[in-house]
Amino acid sequence: MATVTLKPIKVPDLRLEADNIKPDAFAGKKAAEIADLHVYCGNSQYPLGEFFEVAGEGGATAAETEVVIDGDVSRVKYIGMKMTAGSVLVKGNADMYVGAWMEGGTITVNGDTDAFAGMGMTGGEINVLGNAGNYLGAAYRGDWRGMQGGVIRVAGDAGSDIGTFMRGGEIIVNGNVDVHVGTHQEGGTIIVKGDAKSKVGGQMVEGEIYVFGDIEVMMPGFQHIGDVDVAVDGVSGRFACYKGDMGERHPRRKGETIYGKLYLKY
Amino acid sequence: MAKLVTDVVCPFCGTLCDDLEVGVSDDGTKILEVYNACAIGAEKFLHSQAKDRVTRPRMKQEDGSWKEISYDEAVEYTATTLAAARKPLMYGWSSTNCEAQAIGTEIGEMVGAVMDNTATVCHGTTLIAVQDVGVPSCTLGEILNRADRIVFWGCNPAHAHPRHMSRYSIFPRGFFTGKGAKGRKMVVVDPRVTDTAKTADIHLQVEQGRDYELLTALRVAFKGEWLPDTVAGIPKKTIYEVADIMKSGRFGIIFFGMGVTQSLSKNHNIDQAICVTRDLNEYTKWNIMPMRGHYNVTGSGEVWGWLHGFPFALDLSRGFARYNPGDTTSNDLLVRDEVDAVFVIGSDPGAHFPNSSVKKIWDLPSICIDPHLTPTTAVCKLHVPVAFVGVETGGCAYRMDNVPIECRKVVDPPEGMLTDLEFLERVTARVRELKGA
Ligand code: SF4
Repeated sequence: MATVTLKPIKVPDLRLEADNIKPDAFAGKKAAEIADLHVYCGNSQYPLGEFFEVAGEGGATAAETEVVIDGDVSRVKYIGMKMTAGSVLVKGNADMYVGAWMEGGTITVNGDTDAFAGMGMTGGEINVLGNAGNYLGAAYRGDWRGMQGGVIRVAGDAGSDIGTFMRGGEIIVNGNVDVHVGTHQEGGTIIVKGDAKSKVGGQMVEGEIYVFGDIEVMMPGFQHIGDVDVAVDGVSGRFACYKGDMGERHPRRKGETIYGKLYLKY
Repeated sequence: MAKLVTDVVCPFCGTLCDDLEVGVSDDGTKILEVYNACAIGAEKFLHSQAKDRVTRPRMKQEDGSWKEISYDEAVEYTATTLAAARKPLMYGWSSTNCEAQAIGTEIGEMVGAVMDNTATVCHGTTLIAVQDVGVPSCTLGEILNRADRIVFWGCNPAHAHPRHMSRYSIFPRGFFTGKGAKGRKMVVVDPRVTDTAKTADIHLQVEQGRDYELLTALRVAFKGEWLPDTVAGIPKKTIYEVADIMKSGRFGIIFFGMGVTQSLSKNHNIDQAICVTRDLNEYTKWNIMPMRGHYNVTGSGEVWGWLHGFPFALDLSRGFARYNPGDTTSNDLLVRDEVDAVFVIGSDPGAHFPNSSVKKIWDLPSICIDPHLTPTTAVCKLHVPVAFVGVETGGCAYRMDNVPIECRKVVDPPEGMLTDLEFLERVTARVRELKGA
């Protein structure tokens, strides 16, 4: 595994758009070539080296390339966007679109991420050790495919609209979440280990949502269908099981109507 | 004897009434009387006659005073500011005509601007929902002639669109609605007892921020499924009743306003309201329509729709159109320090944006094109007064139901004043020179 280290040397006055910060773009390149890759500030293009000191070099392929951002990049968008392999470690906070449409590899952010992390991702893993913003694992505007595969883990809290239009994969939030969890969800699993506010599973077609804490206000479209004992992400316990959203359309398979499932821990 | 100008279009709210009559002095310079308009519409015409009107551009000086400058100087400042910026915000566009919107977009393309309109703090959430789930809609004329079930959700036309109920939705007698208001069932959903709610057959006094739950409950009720005893403060019996009233109509319409587009759940409220409408079409004919505010906010969405594919929050900074409300929307850009110049036309963010955003406008090179003195003109560096569109110059505007209507010129603007379009054409020419585009 070859490591490329980016040390932030200048805070962008406007936000930086750096969709080139990913193992796929760094693989097979020397430090100087990497520093030459472009980033954008508004309508102007700059070399990456203007904002970061680059050390090390990329591996032969993305899978053999590790990118380490040694500092805070809370004004840098699109880190790890569309990456397919390798790894990215951010030692501070990151701005919007971390790992958006990511297909594979691993991203770890030691701090917080802003909105739209893991948007439309199909594979790979995102670990946020701080808090995540809104639209985690959601769909891009107008798209009916949110997160479709992979895993997102958040050690802290997450914002609103997580897993909107989610169709696969897993989102695990250790802390609390804001309103709208799994809206229009049509597959995949969302696990909230803290509390959720309200609008959980609205317009949900299928998939699963687990909430360990409380839901302040339940959606009226969920019906209690019984209790189950299950192990969820290493925690076993008794959960009340609800089906819904009863107002929404639902597919039929093998003569059976498929509903979304909401599990509330006792 | 005064002259009477007929079939005048009111350039105030999204109802865009086209039956006004305006009495003008014989020499065609003064508006004496406005007939058929509501109070706010008439005021718009009369306001153009104000004696203390600013008629030349003004530049803010170091000491905070204003200095009158020529239109040429104003064009130069605007063009150089926009051309030098790396990510200028060009905001507003809702109280001007489509011609100005189109040429303004050309400037945005050349300088790599973010273009946004007032939908960003109004019905932008509606546009997000429409993109997510589509929209079954119709024209106001169809409602006049056919509708027998009217729902006003989170809007108060009695005050915000004063002639809406009398011209289209509640009182008029149309082709299939010969009994007028008597033949229509009116439901108002609002946490407040508004003047609109007072005229309703049924007022659902929904708990603040629980519209999404109530809309969901209606969908559950259509299917005859189980509901909790109360949802959003409304007893389930009432919800089933209202669901039946909606299903039993011949032609229904949901009108909605900022009570749902800008309260908790935002786009999801509209998304779910559209799904309610879609469900109802299993039983009878239903439509849904936003109560658009500014008279041509709809038009700016149309213009950008046909030019770049997105109706607001249009980011052209990288030379192609991008759109993602939350990232490319004005307030997010301002509070996150993502723009380095602000250009405002045909709207008043100084009054409608949060203080934190307005402070940023104050700090940046900024231009405001507006016939009036507003909180925005006060915080901007340059104020360019222009002729009133729909009063002193014509042009195309789109009504809330997406019907384009050609506005009329009633009187001349004060001597030597430019229209939005003329000013923007001159800025475009200068930006083209500067950018070598
Ligand atoms: S309802 Fe609206 S368009 Fe009609 S006259 Fe009043 S302000 Fe003008």
